[in-house]
Amino acid sequence: MKKLLILGAGTAGTMMANKMRKVLSRSDWDITIVDQYKTHYYQPGFLFIPFGIYNEQDVIKPKNDFFPVGVNVIFSAIEKVEADKNRVLLEDGISLKYDYLIIATGTRTAPEETDGLMGNLWYKDIFDFYTIEGAVALANHFKTWKGGKLVVNITELPYKCPVAPLEFVFFADAFFTERGLRDKVDITYVTPLPGAFTKPRATKMLGELLEQKNINIVPDYNIMEVDNENKKIVDFGGKEVPFDCLVTVPTNLGADFIETSGLGDDMNFVKTDKFTLQQVDHENIFVIGDASNIPTSKAGSVAHFAAEILEENLLCAIEGRELTAKFDGHANCYIETGYGKGTLIDFNYDTEPLPGSFPFPGLGPFGLLKITRTNHYGKLLFRWIYWHILLKGKDMPIESEMQMAGKKL
Amino acid sequence: MSTKTIAGVEVNLNDEGYMEDASQWTKEIGAEIAKEEGIELTEKHYELIEWIRNKVAAGEGLTIRGIGKSGVVNAKEFYGLFPGAPLKKATKIAGVPKPTSCI
Repeated sequence: MKKLLILGAGTAGTMMANKMRKVLSRSDWDITIVDQYKTHYYQPGFLFIPFGIYNEQDVIKPKNDFFPVGVNVIFSAIEKVEADKNRVLLEDGISLKYDYLIIATGTRTAPEETDGLMGNLWYKDIFDFYTIEGAVALANHFKTWKGGKLVVNITELPYKCPVAPLEFVFFADAFFTERGLRDKVDITYVTPLPGAFTKPRATKMLGELLEQKNINIVPDYNIMEVDNENKKIVDFGGKEVPFDCLVTVPTNLGADFIETSGLGDDMNFVKTDKFTLQQVDHENIFVIGDASNIPTSKAGSVAHFAAEILEENLLCAIEGRELTAKFDGHANCYIETGYGKGTLIDFNYDTEPLPGSFPFPGLGPFGLLKITRTNHYGKLLFRWIYWHILLKGKDMPIESEMQMAGKKL
Repeated sequence: MSTKTIAGVEVNLNDEGYMEDASQWTKEIGAEIAKEEGIELTEKHYELIEWIRNKVAAGEGLTIRGIGKSGVVNAKEFYGLFPGAPLKKATKIAGVPKPTSCI
């Protein structure tokens, strides 16, 4: 029996388990998936929790609901990948051999990386919304908050779901307006980027939206520490931003075992060929999702598009053929803009987000870089698609390769 | 793109004033670009510039975190050497491309 081992049973790992079990013969291939946690979180839903749109029950299901028949599941922490021995060590001394390894262990928030972030004010006046605990604590805080300076700060790049903090401030604007508190809430978006986003057209569109919604932006800001006593953040250049409520996007790091296994960069993201999705030093290790260091968004849509590429390349490798599929970095992100509307961006390694329609040229139904009600419903509908189609590795009517048709240059 | 004579050498610059060819760089060119940015280069600056140039030559990305762990300076000292926008200024002075952020 040959062995395919998948590390991580989040969005990417679960999709790969489903896809590979369909294409690899059960008499020849043993597939095992390992994860330390038993609960699957619908992470795009975390954003909605602080504003009371979703609650905890809306975003959790048991991981076991999504694995196909014929895959071995092990719930355990991962200690180390010994790539030269083709084996993985788990925490209780178990070692697993593999012929091929897929690393899909994602990224985690690391608030401990910033001095003072987890001080006296942590989960009292300082919150994150990238964990279920943070999102729920913030929802409770907002229920009785009387207003003041609301500061949303991105600690450093890269971080997952790059549009989420923008959606957060758009939602906050609508939420406090609807509660009659907006004149008492001063919203400031503090980012290490030079503007609202990275690429020119999306930055312009989203920057204008911030301005229309009366949200301040502090660009080029690299936080050094949080001054808990005086309630302000300080950057390496000494620039201070005072807050009453700080919502942080903490440093994102890959799994710790990536570092001890010598497979990653200085943030523990696995060094990965951005086209083939192969680990740069080991031909029988592939990487998918947020765990990799490929230069595109850390987002579920990217993992979804990459999954088709990885399936093809893994089969090529197994059959001893040249790797034929080439990932283009395709990302597709619905952006909530508040008041029941949203926008959409679609881009890859080479093409910035452009205006147009998606997925059908000229027809939509979704508008790229346009603010529409349909885009918002697209995002809400996506939760159903995620649980029922995407995780199961079923086909969606969207090409994995980004399409230029429907886009306007 | 434009050409400009810096410290006696004719170099190609992109629209943002970054050198197109890192191999043309000399310490003198670095000093002159630094002067335009209002920075007087010290030994510490040169030590960090060398570290940056080696990283870029090896094809590795530059981040404030990475520079903070370089062993040459920590992140705060980096801001002290190149005030305001340290990564943008340091790369310009070191004659290497401006780091791109992709998210």
